Amino acid sequence: MADLGRAALVVSLGLTLYAFIGGTIGALQKRRRLSDSARNALVAAFGSTLVAAAVLAIALVHHDFSFVYVYSHTSKGLGTIYALSAFWGGQEGSLLLWLLVLSGYGALAAVLNRRLLRDLIDWVVPVIAGIASFFALILVAVASPFQTQVRALDGLGLTPSLQNPYMVAHPPMLYLGYVGLTVPFAFAAAAMLSGHTDERWIVATRRWTLAAWMFLGFGQLLGAHWAYVEVGWGGYYAWDPVENAALMPWLAATAFLHSVMVQERKGMLKVWNMILVALAFELAVFGDFLTRSGVIQSIHSFAQSSIGAWFLGFVVATTLFSVALILWRLPLLRARTKLESALSREATFLYNNLFLVALCLTVLWGVLFPVLSDLFLGQSRTMSRPYYDFFLRIFGLPLLLLMGIGPLIAWRRASVRSLLKTLRWPIGVSIVAGIGLIALGAGSSRPGLIAYTFSAFVLTTIVVELVRGTRATGSLFQLIGRNRRRYGGYVVHFAIVMLAIGIAGSSAYATVKEQKLLPGQSMTVAGHTVTYTRLERGRSGTANELRAVLTLSGREHGTLKSGVNNYFTGDTSKEVGIHTDWLRLEDTYVIFDQQEGKGVFFKVLVKPLVNMIWLAGFVFLGGSLVALWPDAREQRRLVARLALARG
Amino acid sequence: MTALIVGALIAVAAVVLVSLPFLRSSGDDVGSSTELQDRRLMLIDERDRTIAALKELEFDHRTGKIDDTDYRALVGPLRRAAAEVLQALDAEE
Repeated sequence: MADLGRAALVVSLGLTLYAFIGGTIGALQKRRRLSDSARNALVAAFGSTLVAAAVLAIALVHHDFSFVYVYSHTSKGLGTIYALSAFWGGQEGSLLLWLLVLSGYGALAAVLNRRLLRDLIDWVVPVIAGIASFFALILVAVASPFQTQVRALDGLGLTPSLQNPYMVAHPPMLYLGYVGLTVPFAFAAAAMLSGHTDERWIVATRRWTLAAWMFLGFGQLLGAHWAYVEVGWGGYYAWDPVENAALMPWLAATAFLHSVMVQERKGMLKVWNMILVALAFELAVFGDFLTRSGVIQSIHSFAQSSIGAWFLGFVVATTLFSVALILWRLPLLRARTKLESALSREATFLYNNLFLVALCLTVLWGVLFPVLSDLFLGQSRTMSRPYYDFFLRIFGLPLLLLMGIGPLIAWRRASVRSLLKTLRWPIGVSIVAGIGLIALGAGSSRPGLIAYTFSAFVLTTIVVELVRGTRATGSLFQLIGRNRRRYGGYVVHFAIVMLAIGIAGSSAYATVKEQKLLPGQSMTVAGHTVTYTRLERGRSGTANELRAVLTLSGREHGTLKSGVNNYFTGDTSKEVGIHTDWLRLEDTYVIFDQQEGKGVFFKVLVKPLVNMIWLAGFVFLGGSLVALWPDAREQRRLVARLALARG
Repeated sequence: MTALIVGALIAVAAVVLVSLPFLRSSGDDVGSSTELQDRRLMLIDERDRTIAALKELEFDHRTGKIDDTDYRALVGPLRRAAAEVLQALDAEE
């Protein structure tokens, strides 16, 4: 079986290299057959990678410990689902998943657009194939998942923290996002290589970008929930380098999704869009480098390995390629129109872009600082939470406000008079909300109060937009149907508001208390009384389990269990107890900190509105799906446009 | 043995798929776009943008984002631009 996996990967490498070299020659010399053959090679590479992936999946499910990878990441006691999730639990498997998704995306994009965008596809194929060749080479020569050994009786097992349902879905979701950003990058590069820098590459990749962005965003929320229920420190986002690695390309892609609308409407920001699409792609690969290189300490990263240098080289090479392309095609990318007014929709998109990119670069600086300080100062200094929180407020709060102003301001130019008239409802509601919140005691946190007030502003904006639009068209469904991207976007804005409310509530207004309790003793936190009743000891197939049983009374009633798992492999994990009040969307979160004699040190956190964050994930998903739903009219326009151009 | 046979079949299938375009009887020339087609594409882009801007302006006016004074100041130049680009497209044909 391992031989078949190895052979399939060698075939994939050969096919991607052929698609890269043959495709480049075909596109340069305009040889139709060679270009078509390169496209078919990319499709075939997906097929052979699928075979390799199937071999690894079968080995994992059957606990075939003659595979070093299966031995290192699973054990006999591991259920089928977790055994399968070990596919992305280790380095070699996750690289194979990357190649599988990349070749699949590439083949699909090439086949779907082969007739309408022939001149672009001829270049898209070699760009994607070049990137896929790199991953195939690593898998064949450096980090093969098909190394074998004398069959062992049992494996080393999967890291305990990965034995969680969220870890079954979170990594593949992120991979679909990371890898998906390759498609718009390849189309952008193809537009520059072919010299056809008109809007077709944007129309063709709009849904690819949206889908990648949706997967990356939803994947991060899944990861945040995993951290919340599994890691056991009471939070959901720690500004860890690997978490930031997913956030950075998402921020760059968010900026791109907005600025691309300006290019479509006004023919402006062509260079900026090329920079953004390249930045999003490079940050996705850089994230992979961070995860694999071991240069930065992270709870999520794989052990230090030799492939970090390969990834660094790849990031440098592709960055140089992108910069050279943009510089070469600068004359073609110059805008023919100018910004007419600083008070216009396109101007708000520009401000939004500046804040998003500033936040993205600030996070990047925070991630790189330990490496750079080690390199230049000889001591590794890390950027801690206050650094990130400060910049999140500085850039995030204006972004929230812009999310409310943008939809209500007209394209081209708006007068202050008409803007104030349009904004009178959102301004009025947010002032009333702010005063009400201060009266309710929310003034204890200024950033929290600002976030809530701005959230009220944005929510009112969305409602005003929907009401006015429905009045103008006569029907809400007709309104959404005529511009799904815009109204799907408003649903996403609603999700971001929910996220902001959840983050502000659970961080700015959280209550934390630590106390040692003996059985029968209680502590009161934010109106909740937590009573420690007894200690339970148990044993599962993989660990000895210690659980403190606690009862909750006061505003909410219930029973909680919080404790520690001591795995037979020597690992330990904290198992937190969470009670959710669905009416207030509030959690009472109990951490079993330390045992001392008959007593236990408990850390109890009451986190208001934290569940708004998880609900926001589903709203985000719904809005993204509305926005990326296929539009037959758009396809017809593309066909008609091409026919007209050909005369 | 089975693995070898399956591996060989994958390789053969890949070779067949990659070779298919060379077995076709149709010509090898992609037929690069002419300067005229490129200019037309540019004009079509411009036409689509202008018409979209006009539609957006009408919608913004109906939903109250733009008052009558601003609307009158913006709609004239946009209509002229649309007419100019349509004329240029007609001239190309």
